[in-house]
Parts: sequence; structure tokens; C-alpha cells
Amino acid sequence: MLVATCAAGGVVGVATAGVLVSTFQPSERARAAGAPVEVDISDVAPGEMKVVEWRGKPVWILRRTPAMMATLTEVQDELADPASDKEFQLPVPPYCKNPQRARKEHPEVLVTVGICSHLGCSPSSRLAAGPQPNLPNDWPGGFLCPCHGSTFDLSGRVFKNKPAPTNMDIPPYMYLSDNKLIIGTDNEKGEA
Amino acid sequence: MGAFEETQLPSTASRPEKALAWVDDRFPLSKMWKEQWGSYYAPKNFNVWYLFGSLSMLVLVLQIVTGIFLTMHYKPDAALAFGSVEYIMREVPWGWLVRYMHSTGASAFFIVVYLHMTRALMYGSYRKPRELIWLFGFAIFLCLMAEAFFGYLLPWGQMSYWGAQVIVNLFGAIPVIGGDLSEWIRGDYVVSDATLNRFFAFHVIALPLVLLGLVAAHLIALHEVGSNNPDGIEVKDNMGPDGNPIDAVPSHPYYTTKDLFGVSVFLLLFSAVVFFAPEMGGYFLEYNNFLPADSMKTPAHIAPTWYFTPFYSVLRATTADFMYVVMAAVALYVVFVWLKSRLAYRIKVAIAVLGIVLIVGMLPQVLDAKFWGVVLFGSSVMILAFMPWLDHSPARSLRYRPSWHSYLYVVFGLVFVTLGYLGTQLPTAAYTIISQVCTLAYFSFFLLMPWWSTMGTFKPLPTRLTFTPH
Repeated sequence: MLVATCAAGGVVGVATAGVLVSTFQPSERARAAGAPVEVDISDVAPGEMKVVEWRGKPVWILRRTPAMMATLTEVQDELADPASDKEFQLPVPPYCKNPQRARKEHPEVLVTVGICSHLGCSPSSRLAAGPQPNLPNDWPGGFLCPCHGSTFDLSGRVFKNKPAPTNMDIPPYMYLSDNKLIIGTDNEKGEA
Repeated sequence: MGAFEETQLPSTASRPEKALAWVDDRFPLSKMWKEQWGSYYAPKNFNVWYLFGSLSMLVLVLQIVTGIFLTMHYKPDAALAFGSVEYIMREVPWGWLVRYMHSTGASAFFIVVYLHMTRALMYGSYRKPRELIWLFGFAIFLCLMAEAFFGYLLPWGQMSYWGAQVIVNLFGAIPVIGGDLSEWIRGDYVVSDATLNRFFAFHVIALPLVLLGLVAAHLIALHEVGSNNPDGIEVKDNMGPDGNPIDAVPSHPYYTTKDLFGVSVFLLLFSAVVFFAPEMGGYFLEYNNFLPADSMKTPAHIAPTWYFTPFYSVLRATTADFMYVVMAAVALYVVFVWLKSRLAYRIKVAIAVLGIVLIVGMLPQVLDAKFWGVVLFGSSVMILAFMPWLDHSPARSLRYRPSWHSYLYVVFGLVFVTLGYLGTQLPTAAYTIISQVCTLAYFSFFLLMPWWSTMGTFKPLPTRLTFTPH
């Protein structure tokens, strides 16, 4: 009798706790808010960056100059994971597994989730090369996370021996036309 | 238990006396007062360090009362929160005062509690039989840190937002379940309205309830075993004819008056800060928090509030290169335990196995520095809980320990303050190295304590308290 009472009470208790724990998950509304976003990039001049919101996070669209593109191979040896082989929160789209980390239609346009892989701060742009505060004197241009000092190259790849373990995420995206891209999906059928 | 009997007072007894007798027959009011304070005998040589226990009670009450009045105007909604705080500051009559009392109170709470803990470290107040007092106190400290963290999100400023983002993502460093866990804590893919709402619930009801329970447990445990004192000897070893320790005085009126004097001085300083420097140069209220939260842009310099920065520095010091130093330190420590400790063979084997597992886990191919940064960050707080079992010194109080023990405590204090200072600054190469050295020193202080605390020439313990009547 005692065992049965305890067991029955226990089951009810665990079930109630389970319900309370579940209420902590993202609500249906929060889940639904992750739709793809369309972006017009005609106003992004070479060397300039545009920030759009996707799933509540900043997505950077950077049109790199030829000089900037040249740095990507120069910094290769100083990067923690130059080929983006590690596991990422968002799997790296196969069409972005190249040093430019961009689709081949526009290899100079970088599309990346502007969130540091360490603890989720949004790094600041330090696009210009050369000595500047808090950065090494041979800085090739890239991004600096203000929270814990991780540095990234102009492809959003993390430099060695920094708190951030991985490169920044590349979202699935595709070009709808020459100057229009959609972030969050890479096939016509729907969301990635 | 005998049958109920109404206390019979002579008819000349006053009305309040009769009322008290009526209550005492039904509820142990006078008994509780006597046990917990009125006839609670405390050592007679308490110095200024013994004010911080009662002061932290005062700040707790202050925080609860001002907090209640703030919730009457605050809106826990991402779209309204920032505006409602500004509304409290500018439009609610005296709202600015209540809010500044609450925000200054948070920092005051940590100042008082850190001093209270320093006292415990100096006089060995955590030693047997006071281990549980220390553990309840440690739990209060954890609870307080959680309160401060949840509360800091509520104004929904830039620092609130990005601070919460960083701390919640700490859980994301746990292998396998981390990502889902931090999503579960946030209730969304980013810090959002859902996060604000639940942090509000934790801040105003869940944690205060736990905190009050822990404070009660802390005090009950203290009044059960009795207070320690600056000499670190037991007053109960010298009992007087009245059954109370010779060297102790009842808390009331002796410590009531002393604490009230402490309260006056504290409130003087507290009011000065509330009225003249509520932001304290950006340490109590950070300037970036006067900007509304923006999920697209992290402020150029983010740092937690000052009371978290020592531990935060440990997190930041853990870089990939530093992991090799940590691996070497773990290996050395295991060798040291084998050579120098008198632990049972089985425990030594267990420590060696644990050490090897840790070292393998620290290889960059296994778990990255980010995970270990979070582990070291957590350990730097948790290690305090082990004080009662790390300290093997024959004397509780630093007064009767070799002088170099005191210097070691001063060095430890400096290390802690340095870590705290570095945590407020932007990381540079030099600062990172200093914080790494300090991190090693911080952990060595605790982990080597079982050995160094027994070393040196101890001074003879007195049989009676050192006390000079004023």
C-alpha cells in the first residue's frame, strides 16, 4: 500500500515537474518567427557592410574589395580552422566551403551570422588593415569581439588561440537576382 | 506533552504582560526571541568585522522592500521594460530614490557579503563545527549572484541584454546538451521577451523565497553551535556558574547597540552613494545600460558589474595556449598528492585517474578551451564551498597562525582584487598573461591549502579571550 501510494504520487509529481520544465521551451510563436528574409544588396558598395535581422540575430553582408579578398589567403596559417571543417551550430552550406566562404556567383560577398562562437556577442567591424587599439600591428582587417577579444578574418574565420572555438556561422542563402538575396533558405521549395 | 494550561498571572499584571502570556501559551514567541537573540550568548570580543552579518540582513530587507515598490511600476515586457524604468526615474514621485536605493543596494549587498566572508576566512569561522553555517552562507552567496544576474536583465539596456546573452551562452559550452540547454533557459533562439519575463519571475519571487529560507537556515545553524570569535577558540570551553560561557555576553542588549551603531555608519555611507554617486563612476550602474537593448549591436566594451569580475577574469584567462599550462598544473598536482599526502591508496588512485581524464579532456582535439573556461569559471566560485575541508591549520584564527599565513592571505586578497580589476578592462595581451598568473595563484591558494595551512610555527592559543574593556 505504502509503495503503491508513493509510486502513484511520484508519477503525478514527475509528470507535473515535466510540464513545468516544458513551459521553458521556445513557444510556438517563437518557433514560427524564423522565416527567411529577402535583402537588396544593390546599395552595398565594395568595402561596405549591411546588417539585417534573421531569427533575431544580426546577419552581416560584406562586399569585399579585391585587396580584402587578397588577405584571405595570406592569413590562412594564422587561422584555427581555415577550411571550416569543425562542427558548427549551423552546418556550413557546402557551396560556402571555400576560402571566401561565399557562393560562387558573388565570391566577394560575405554573408555571415554576426555572432561570436564564444559566448554570443556581436563582434565589431575592424575592416581597415594596420595597427589600431586592442589589435596586433600587422592586423589584416576583420572583426574583433568586444566581449572576450576573439578576432576573425574578413571571411569570419577565427584566429588561433582565441576564446572563440569556431568560425562564425554561415546561414543558408541564395541569390534571387544579381542584387537580391534571400537568407534562411537555399532552395526554391522552401526553408532550409 | 502535558495538557494545555493557561498561565495565571496576578491581577496586577499589565495588559501587555497578559497579552504576551496568552501568546506564549499558544506560540513560542518569547522562547524564540531568547534562543535566537535575547539570551543568545556571543563571545564578548567581537570587533568591527562582526558588523557585516547584521548589515547584510539589513540590506536584504532594504532590497525586498524597495523591490516590492519597484514592481508596482515596472513592466516585464521587452517593448516596455526600458521605458518603464525611465518612467520610474522621471515621473513616479520619488521613484528615482527607490530605484537608486535598489541598484545601490545590490552593490552594497556584495560589499557587505564579501567583507562578511573575509571575516570568516580570517578567523576560521567555517571550521568544525561550523561547516554547515559556511555551506548555507555559500548557498546564499550563489543565490545572491543569481539574483543580481536576473535583476540586471530587467532594465533591458545594452549591458543587460549582452550580459544575459554571454552568461546564458556559458551553458552552451557543455558538450552535447549545451545548445539545447541555453535555448531552454532563454525560451527563444536569442535573448528575448520570453527570457525577460522568466528572469523577472525568478528575480522577484523564486529566488527571494529560496534566499529567505537559506538565511533562516544560516541563522538557526549559527545559534545552534554558537559564534566563532577573533581568537578562534571555543568560549563554551569555559562555562560560568550560570550555565553560560564566562567570555560571552547576551546579544541583547550588548550586540543590539553595537549593531545599531554599525547600521548608522552604514546608512550614512549608503545614503552618500545613493544621493551623490548612484552610478559610482560606471561601476554600480554601467553607462552602456542607459541605451535600450539592441540585438543587432554589442557595445564596444562589455563587462559584468564589479562583483562578478574576479570570476569573469578566470573565464577570460582560459585561452587555448593556457590550457597546456593547466594540463601541466593538473599533472604536477597529481604527483604532489601522491608524494605528499597521507590519503588512502584507493583515493590516490582515484585522484590520478581523474587527473588523467582531465588532461585528456583538455587536449584541443577533445574539448576546446571554451568549455574549460566555463569549468574554471564555475570552479573558482565552487571551490569556496570546500574551505572547511581544505584548511587543516591547528589554529582557527590568523592571530595564532604563523605571520606568513597572514601575508599569504594578503597576497590572495590582492590576486582577487587584481582579477576583479582586469575583468572590468578590455583584454590586452599583457592583461591576459597577468590574469592567467592570477588564476593559477587563486587555485593554488585553495588546492595547496591542506599542506601550507599546517606549516610554520603556530603561536600558543589563549585559554580565555583577549579582551580589553573600553
